[in-house]
Amino acid sequence: MTAALDEKQLAAEEFRSQVRQWIEQNFPVSLKGKGNAFAAIEEGAALSPEAQQWQVAMGEKGWGVPTWPAEYGGASLNRQQALVIEEELARVGAYNPIGGMGVMMLGPTLLEFASEKQKRRHVPPICRGEIRWCQGFSEPGAGSDLAALKTRAEDCGDHFLVNGQKTWTSGGQWSDWCFALVRTDTSRKHEGISFLLIDMRSPGVEVRPIQLISGASPFCETFFTDVKVPKENLVGELNCGWAIGKRLLQHERTNLSGGSRRGAAMPSLSQIAKHYIGLDEGGRLNDVDLRQRIIRHEMLVKSFRLTADRVMADARQGGVATASSILKNVGARITQERAELTLESMGMKGLGWQGEGFSEQELAATRLWLWGKAVSIYGGSTEIQNNVIAKRILGMEGG
Amino acid sequence: MAVLTEEQSILKDMAGHWADEQSPVSEFRRLREGATGLQRGFCAETHGQMAGMGWSGILVPEALGGSAFGYVGLGLVLEQAARTLTASPLMVSAGPCVSAVLLGGNEPQQRQWLPAIASGELIAALAIDEGPRHNPTEIRCEAVACDGGWRLTGYKAFVMEAGIADLLIVAARTKEGVGLFVVPMGSAGVTRHDRYLVDSRNCADIELQGVLLPESARLAQMPGDKLLQRVLDRARAVAAAEMLGMASQAFSITLDYLKTREQFDEIIARFQALQHRMAQLYSEIELMRSAVEAALVALDDYSGDADDAAMLVSMAKAVAGDTLNLVTREMVQLHGGIGMTDEHDAGFYLKRARVLENAWGNAAFHRDRFARLSGY
Repeated sequence: MTAALDEKQLAAEEFRSQVRQWIEQNFPVSLKGKGNAFAAIEEGAALSPEAQQWQVAMGEKGWGVPTWPAEYGGASLNRQQALVIEEELARVGAYNPIGGMGVMMLGPTLLEFASEKQKRRHVPPICRGEIRWCQGFSEPGAGSDLAALKTRAEDCGDHFLVNGQKTWTSGGQWSDWCFALVRTDTSRKHEGISFLLIDMRSPGVEVRPIQLISGASPFCETFFTDVKVPKENLVGELNCGWAIGKRLLQHERTNLSGGSRRGAAMPSLSQIAKHYIGLDEGGRLNDVDLRQRIIRHEMLVKSFRLTADRVMADARQGGVATASSILKNVGARITQERAELTLESMGMKGLGWQGEGFSEQELAATRLWLWGKAVSIYGGSTEIQNNVIAKRILGMEGG
Repeated sequence: MAVLTEEQSILKDMAGHWADEQSPVSEFRRLREGATGLQRGFCAETHGQMAGMGWSGILVPEALGGSAFGYVGLGLVLEQAARTLTASPLMVSAGPCVSAVLLGGNEPQQRQWLPAIASGELIAALAIDEGPRHNPTEIRCEAVACDGGWRLTGYKAFVMEAGIADLLIVAARTKEGVGLFVVPMGSAGVTRHDRYLVDSRNCADIELQGVLLPESARLAQMPGDKLLQRVLDRARAVAAAEMLGMASQAFSITLDYLKTREQFDEIIARFQALQHRMAQLYSEIELMRSAVEAALVALDDYSGDADDAAMLVSMAKAVAGDTLNLVTREMVQLHGGIGMTDEHDAGFYLKRARVLENAWGNAAFHRDRFARLSGY
């Protein structure tokens, strides 16, 4: 081993021990094993004082988004170092308290497209987990055909006047700000769309939660009536929002498909099935048909994770992020398949709605199954992703 | 491993270039019309070219005349060569047969066999199964110790490349479990029967009637059938690499066809029903690639004791089997009538696919093994 390599390794070990020490000093032990998961999107509940403290500590370090530039609130670390932080957090059962749509979608988009002033204003609060963002893209008449959106932003000199309706606004009822695609030119379709940041506390913004089949209301309808939005909140050029929105959707897809990481702590499907169905004398699951389908599922999960790793490695080498559609579709299939197979393993226990006779996990399985029907619809449905794959990757033009 | 080292990239490009230039599918078509019987599906010139580029010795250590490029390296070559259906014993001879001698051979045994296999002078085949379905737990072929050596008696069925092989790696039951033996094809008591399979490749059954072998013919006896399982896993993984090359090529031939074929005054690639099928197939092949590459990487990382690779290999062979099956069916269907004709190459991919799917355990076999290894 050369001296240079030695030095590099030494620096890496030094960094790891620093990270370890800092986490030990700052992570409140009472939070051990608790996850952040989708907290920022799906829960409105206020954070406990310890969780608050942990969020502030990580926010100050910039370690929630370690690879983002330090000047905007990140830590300017490389991917290896980011991985070290991830590993050291996992080692002590700690979680990354900085998340949500700001981190997953808006932040990377702002870093790429926003003005210096906008970056300085909006990115640091995302890094500190202070501002909750929601997405104003879909409309009742613009789902898969997103560019058909009608919410109008009228140029009124120093501000835009926004009128219209957005729907499927995840966490809209708990959000501080909304990034939206709005129509600034009615004569053109894709070229008449702009990317606008809207303060959800502006007069004229009304949010109504939508109750879903799962009983939960993670999505809202959002109404804009004569909402004044300052011109400085326009990201990129006027009428050039479609490209920005598309880029943001790529981040969304990649993140939506990343469920595998979050799922790592959950019991495997075969463990659940073993618990409910048991094994025969040969050590095989007591339902030969279900066993086959579980095996296929577990192989799919493993291949999916390997593919996600491969795509990441490719991206680091400068490869194109066209694989996000594949990952989104396979990720959705896995989520839904897992929920269906879990229910099948549990029998009637997996169909409880509420009350006695069911464990917490069983009731959660029911709700998760129903919630999961959304994953092949949101963020560009499976069919839309297949269009993207066929046209952009395979070059099957037309239609 | 999507990110290759510079040496691996060069190897891959070289193999791809060679396959396109020297071994296009038309070569296989020509061979199909030519060699028959025990010579079926073998072209000495092709074999010589591949050996000349060092590919027969990819797994062999440099000191024994190889290049020690590992399973990932061999997988890259096999994948490229399989795109154009190159008929060659490389997969079997340079793959699991070399593995057997590497894992189970002592130094004299390695020196006896590996340089000759690496140079292409000797071709080896792997004789494990005794019936039409893979069943490594039911080896009935028997090896009895006698006069400081061994006497083998039994029957081996559907041994790929056995018609032209000079050596056989034979699995036989001993008192201590299942052992692997190196059997020169010319040994007294060895009889071959040509088996003409749908893929027009080389295949034969082997009769072993009291074949006398020296003690040095036996590779190390590991507990139970451990050596056999390890060698089989290497066979499965390299077969999966060949399947990967076939699947990606079958897909791209089909995609090209959809982009040129016109019906209803339109290029049929514009039809959404076909677009979605192709998008689906493409995704499946991406998953297959990840599974196959992970198995090859695991075999290269293999440390000697752990059998971590087994699960990944079974997954790779199962996923490869299912995916290649689907891709070749779709290839024929999406080509329509032309895909049914012998004039078109689609049938070649379909036929070879099924043989590889069956080799050393089909998808169902490996799903079962994967689950047993996972404890359910």
